[in-house]
Order: sequence, then structure tokens, then C-alpha cells
Amino acid sequence: MELTTVWFSLIAILWAGYFLLEGFDFGVGILLPVLGRDDRERRLLINTIGPVWDGNEVWLLVAGGATFAAFPEWYATLFSGFYLPLLIILVALILRGVAFEYRGKRDSVRWRRRWDACIVGGSLVPAVLWGVAFGNIIRGVPLDANHEYVGGFFTLLNPYALLGGLTTLGLFTLHGAVFLALKTDGETRRRAGRLAARLGVPVIAIAGGFLLWTAIAHHDGWGWALSAVAALALVAGVAAAWARREGWAFVATGASIVLATFALFVMLFPDVLPSTIAAANSLTVYNASSTPYTLKVMTWVAVAFMPIVLAYQGWTYWVFRKRLTVRQIPVDQSPVVRETA
Amino acid sequence: MDALDLARWQFGIITVYHFIFVPITIGMSALVAGLQTAWVRTGKPQYLRATKFWGKLFLINFAMGVVTGIVQEFQFGMNWSDYSRFVGDIFGAPLAIEGLLAFFLESTFLGLWIFGWDRLPKKLHLATIWLASIGTLLSAYFILAANSWMQHPVGYAVNPDRGRAELHSIWAVLSNSTTLVTFPHTITACFLTAGAFVLAISAWHLRRRHQQDVFRPSLRLGAWVVLIAGIGVLVTGDVQARIMTEQQPMKMAAAEALYNTAKPASFSVFTIGSLDGREEVASVRIPSLLSFMATGSLDGEVEGINDIQRQYEQTYGPGDYTPNVPVTYWSFRLMIGFGLLAMAIAALALWTSRRGRAPTNRWLWGAAVATVGMPLLANSFGWIFTEMGRQPWTVFGVFKTAQSVSPSVGASEVATSLIVLTLLYGVLAVIEVGLVLHYARAGAPEIETPTDDPDRPLAFAY
Repeated sequence: MELTTVWFSLIAILWAGYFLLEGFDFGVGILLPVLGRDDRERRLLINTIGPVWDGNEVWLLVAGGATFAAFPEWYATLFSGFYLPLLIILVALILRGVAFEYRGKRDSVRWRRRWDACIVGGSLVPAVLWGVAFGNIIRGVPLDANHEYVGGFFTLLNPYALLGGLTTLGLFTLHGAVFLALKTDGETRRRAGRLAARLGVPVIAIAGGFLLWTAIAHHDGWGWALSAVAALALVAGVAAAWARREGWAFVATGASIVLATFALFVMLFPDVLPSTIAAANSLTVYNASSTPYTLKVMTWVAVAFMPIVLAYQGWTYWVFRKRLTVRQIPVDQSPVVRETA
Repeated sequence: MDALDLARWQFGIITVYHFIFVPITIGMSALVAGLQTAWVRTGKPQYLRATKFWGKLFLINFAMGVVTGIVQEFQFGMNWSDYSRFVGDIFGAPLAIEGLLAFFLESTFLGLWIFGWDRLPKKLHLATIWLASIGTLLSAYFILAANSWMQHPVGYAVNPDRGRAELHSIWAVLSNSTTLVTFPHTITACFLTAGAFVLAISAWHLRRRHQQDVFRPSLRLGAWVVLIAGIGVLVTGDVQARIMTEQQPMKMAAAEALYNTAKPASFSVFTIGSLDGREEVASVRIPSLLSFMATGSLDGEVEGINDIQRQYEQTYGPGDYTPNVPVTYWSFRLMIGFGLLAMAIAALALWTSRRGRAPTNRWLWGAAVATVGMPLLANSFGWIFTEMGRQPWTVFGVFKTAQSVSPSVGASEVATSLIVLTLLYGVLAVIEVGLVLHYARAGAPEIETPTDDPDRPLAFAY
């Protein structure tokens, strides 16, 4: 396999890992006002992802860094072209990250309500916008002969990309509900399971529609096959959620997210950012890549360190494998005199 | 202002802001790990209380470092896309390696440390904070290797067909002499910053005679760290100045506003000059010091701005190769001045608190509390100096700042992000400082005895 193909695949894996992991913690954030009836229950939901959300987000940073190192032209055109949507994503991720850490640090109703809003918005907005971004990457955007983006902000808001946004929103919310049913106990677990089962059919319809649209547009054998398996995994996940088989439901929704991401990347290949103006203006794995030497160095680094990272990150999930209940949430954390709300 | 100026302001604001939190994270993670090690080894409860107290302040700060770090990685592509195209083959690699080796280590093991108090055996739990701390150091190394390549590009060749710089030796980039001296200079400065943080907050409590069993040792620890790290900063800074004079003589000349080559060259502690900075009205000078800093010898020759400008015009073609002299001149002095001031206060604090004594002078107490801000200012001025002193280049001698900006991003878009990010960062700064003060005042927590009840509350929860 050529090194450019290796790096295209590795970047696909990094995005798939990001969506698999941050997918459920976006889902938990989105469901905070739905499943968290009082402050203690909301704290329970947040604590299911407490030890892991930051490590999950690093998948995004490494995907970005790997794109910069392996395909600088792709990184440069994509990040400057999608300037305002990325700014919105950055603001959302900043507010969300700070909210997790700061929310419990003051015992005031107003303080916590504001951070709750940051967690919900900070999860919802990227969950939609990543789908919109990928919809546009697959569909192509106007690039001129210098590979510069020549569209505007509203060019990115086309029906196909918006359906992509709904797809990631739906998948991540479902994945989050399934995760909460797996990680909590008691009343919260029951309500999360019920919600996951109810979300199933609409999410299958939206995600199935998006994958079908993509596969028809691309006529790619592997693309069809992976899309079909992703759809099957999603159906299996929803069936498992109905049957309250929480572990299987989580495995299956996770698999559908990973497979759907792979399907998109397979249909994109060998382009990395097609141009809608002229095929010759498209960025491909060949014209966007770094030199073979840089790719070789990066390959060695990835081969040496990816397994270590996977091992310790997997171990973290093992350490925090137990279900949490409301009873385990400490009553109050603030050591100082309480403020009035 | 055009898109280029706006993008430069944005880069300056968000990067200086990010680097308020980074040094505290790097230094405090190691200090907290050290305190926890002391607790694990001796079992003394005051070490556990100190670990929890400083650990909480460290985490409040860490959150800001993490979220502002995401912007750092994205903005090269967003605002500096032509720079990214030109250097991606070289500059992208250390960034990607930083993510893979350092960010994963920091964030995963910090998550384990925060939530692992009652889940992990004592020693394993201690190992998690050390691993997170090692992660912060690795992160510093790779990002400084990337920055050092901009100051002193090595291990590459420009490919004229592709119009980009291409990597020839990753080893040359990672062992760049500039990296090897910048890394210890930055890390010792991070420890100085963390030491001042500990010193200042401990002084606040000791003055009120709060929890002396926790804060007395903390005060002395902080002061010693400031002094020892400060000496490290001076020594590495001295080596760095000589390397900088070799590699970027213009930066050294701009640091002194030395227009004409001098042998020996004196160092001005401060200067009052005409508005354009070209004529001197009054100054306080130390003879031969600049010669010593730049060359290591008291009568060494230091090249002046005018001579270097002429040489550069011959090498690189017509153009202005002189950085903003008032900015480089003053940022260089403020960097050194604030660092030395923090060291002087730490020395006084150590002297007056020797053998169980306590300082009685209230000015000294005030100064000790104020020490918290000095290294932060010194760090910021240090970065402003080194980045502004490299102008007009992004990659010294190879690629200019004016060529680097994103051609597809208009001034209105950059203005939008500049305003949004500045306002957001401003609000977050107020909230962050409020929380730090809240928890700093609260003092060290009492230690609760753990139970074996399976439904017991989590030792830590958000």
C-alpha cells in the first residue's frame, strides 16, 4: 500500500475513533436536560463521562495534527475554507470543556444552570456541524485552481450537508442514550433505555437516508457494502436497545458510527476535498500529501505509539467500568460558605 | 486594519492567553506529583491536604489550558493557510507527534488521577499524576521544536516546483540547537511560574495564620522552586542569547535598540528616547554587558541594526528587515525584570521565614502575594520578544509573515473571530480568576476517612 493511502486510512481511523468516543459524550451532553431531572441526576450523567471526555477529544486534535502533517494542502484549504463553522465549533468545544470542570465548583443554582446550557449547546452544535462539515467534504466544495475555497458560509448549508448534520446529531444522541443506559443504574438507566429505544426508528430513517444518498451519488462497490453493514449495525443496535441488551446496543451503535465513517472515507478516496468547479481543482491524496520521507517518519511514530495509546485509553474505560447511581454523587463539593442562588 | 494585521493580533492575543495557563500546568503538575509522593512515602496527612489543595487549583487552571489549546492547533490552518502549505511537510510532524505522544498521555492520565482517588491503588494512582506531568513536558518539547524551526530552520530544503519547504531530517529538527536551549529555558520558567503561584497563595494564608502546618512548608517549597528555577532560567537564557546572536543577530540588536555596531556594547537598563526610538534622550547603562550576553566576552563586537539591515538587503533583496524596535527593546527588559523581581522576593521570603520565623513586614507579605503575576508577565513578554523579534519572518530567512496569511479568509471573518475569541477569553478569565480565588481562600480540605460501602459517594465528582 502506498504511504498516502496508509495516511488517508489512518486519518479515517482517527475520525472514526473521535466520532465513536466523543459521539457518546456529545450524546450525554445533549441529553442532559432530557434525562437529568434535578441537579444530582444531571451530575450523575456528567460523571459517567467525567474521567474520559478529555481523552476522547484528543482524537480530534490528533486527527487535525495528522492531517496537517500528512496532507498539508488538505489541512490548509479545509480549515481556512470552513473558517466560520470551525470558529463556531471551537467556541462550542471551549464552553463545553470549561463547563464540565467548573460546573460543580460553585454551589449556586444560577451558576450550574448556565454551565448546563454550555454543556448542552457545546455538545449539540458540534454534533450537528461535524456532520455538515463531512457532508461538504464528501460532496465537494468550490475550489479554484490554487485549491483555495471560493464559496461562502452559506455554500456549506446545502440540503445534503444539512442531512449529514442531522445524521451525526441523531447517531450521537442515540449512542449517548445507549451509553447512559449502560453506565447508570436504577431509574436513570430505565429512562435512558426507554429513550434509546424511542430514538431508534427516526435515527435509522435519517442516517439510512444520508448513507443511501451518498452511496447512490458515488457508485462505489466498497462504499455500498460498508454503508449497508453500517445500516445493519444500526438496526441491530436499535433492536438491542428495544430488548434492553445494553452492552450489545452500545457495541452496535458504536460499530455503525465507525463503519459509516469508513464508508464516507472510502467513497471520498482518492479525493480528500473534491472541487465542484472542476475535477482538476480537486485536492487528492496525491496532490495534497507531504513528502514520502515525512510520511515514513510519521508512519513509524504511529506504528510505535498508537498501540500504547489504545492500551492505556482502553484501560481507563476498564477502571471506570462500574455503573454509577445517584447515591454515589456527593451531596456537595463546595468547601466554603454556600452562596445564595 | 487588513486581514493580515487582524490575524496577527488574533494570533498574539490567543497565544499569549494560552501561555498563561500552560506554564502553571507544566510546573504545578510536577509540584503536585511531588507533594503526593511525599504523602505516599511518609503518610503525613498535611502532604495529602497540600496535594488536594494545590491539585484543585491546578485543575481549575488545566481546564483553561486544554480548551484554549484546541484553538492553537486549528488556527494554523484557519488563519495561516499559506504558511501551513509551505511548512506542513516539516511543521505538521511535531504537532501530530505532540498530539499522539503528549496530549493523550496528559488527558487520559489526568482523568485517571482526578477520578481515581478511590479506584486505584495508592502507588498506581501516584503514577498517573507523574505520567500526566511527563505528558506536559513532552508536549512542550515538540511544540518548542516546531517553534524553534521557525526561529532557526534546519533539516529541510525548499522545493521550488512545489513551492514549499520539505523535511530532509526529522532528527535535525528534533535536535535543533535552538530547541535544545529553548526547552530548558521554557521549562525552568514554567517551574518559576508554579513556584510563584505556590509562594503567593501560601503567603496569603500565613499572613492570616491559617493552616500553618500546610502553608508554611508550601511557602518554603514555592520560594525554593522560584529561586532554583530562576537560576536555571538565567543560565539557559544566557546560552540562548548567544545562540540567538549567532542565528538571528537582528533580534539581539533589536533587543538593545543598537543601531550601530559596537565593540564593546553596553546594556541599557532603560532608555528614554525620541518617539521613533532612533535617538536617545537619557539612559542607564551597564558597560560591556550586551557584549557579554551576545558573545560571552566583555569586549565582543555586537552588530547594529543598520549594518544587519544592509546585509539582509543584499541577501534577501530590498525590504525592511527590522522588527518593531520599541516592542523588542521593552519586552526584553520586562521579561528579565519581572523574572528577577520574583526571584528577589522569593529570596526575601526564604530569609525572613528561616528556622520557624515569620516575616513581620506587611510590605513583604504584599510583595509575596503579588509574586503570582510576575512570572506570568515575564513569560508573556518573553514570547512577545522572541516572536516580534523574528519579524518580518515567520520562518526566519525563508518565509515572511505577509506571505503566510490565509488568502481565502477576509478581514471581516478575521475581525469576527478576533472579537468573538477575545470576548470569550475575557469572560472566561474573569470566571477562572474568581474560582482560583474562591478555592485559594478556602484553604486545604480536611481529610475524610474512606469507607467500604459500595454505594459510598465518589471521592471526586464533577
